[in-house]
Amino acid sequence: MKIKTAYLGMYLALALICSYVESLIPFYFGVPGIKLGLTNVVVVLLLYTLGTKEAFLVSVIRIILAGFLFGNPFSILYSLSGGILSFLSMYLLKGGGKLKVVTVSVAGGVMHNMGQLVTAALVVENYHILYYLPVLLIAGFVTGFFIGIVSQEIILRIGNRV
Amino acid sequence: MKKRFGKTDFIVLLVILAVISLAGIFVVLNRENGETVVIFLQGDVYQEIPLTENREIEIQKEGVTVNVLNIRDGKADMTDADCPDKLCVHQKPISKSGETIVCLPNKIVVEVKGGQEGDFDSMAR
Repeated sequence: MKIKTAYLGMYLALALICSYVESLIPFYFGVPGIKLGLTNVVVVLLLYTLGTKEAFLVSVIRIILAGFLFGNPFSILYSLSGGILSFLSMYLLKGGGKLKVVTVSVAGGVMHNMGQLVTAALVVENYHILYYLPVLLIAGFVTGFFIGIVSQEIILRIGNRV
Repeated sequence: MKKRFGKTDFIVLLVILAVISLAGIFVVLNRENGETVVIFLQGDVYQEIPLTENREIEIQKEGVTVNVLNIRDGKADMTDADCPDKLCVHQKPISKSGETIVCLPNKIVVEVKGGQEGDFDSMAR
């Protein structure tokens, strides 16, 4: 148990560093809110190696801490809804057992953006911003795909030693 | 290769992509030139301005100017905001019906309205 706590702390730190690196990269494609999703590498890795509960915990705490460090209370709200929706979809797809990491990660990326935009629409009470949904979903697809490839390689190479 | 990518993955990814593309095509086909710009502040209508006017609007919240919207040549563009990330300022000018600029920290939505509005609006409000 003690070792596991230390491990989780380490992964949380890693996820926070990913958040920080991401906040340094200007990543802009005409629509706000598109991010690389580097931290998802850590979440996917944990989901496949340590377990569901652990991955969920690290994901949620990471979002809250990163929100206070690099964002604002609003970004926490949006990231949290995106993060939880993304995690749920990844968990369910992974549970099916037939899909590989890449696909699971793509679903996570797409659902993350979906959750964020729907929350944003609810907060500003304007459903027309859902207009950006297709753009954000494509972005989620592309970033999720690349993040998935990276996660896949990490899991295949060092997954059994984590 | 099997360890990394299977047939099921291919099918699932293709389906996801197809659904997204359909949604995208639907949105693009529904685009038309807008006529007015509506500024929403915290969900309520703040101001409605025809796109044909060339003017600058200071959006005020509790007496303080938080965002500046510039309407020029039929396009609306957010030129200034007091939030740190300035995402709305970086957004491209909008002119098509249904397009929006959103400032999340200040809860401001700028939306272009077109000539023909569907039932969707009355339903969504």
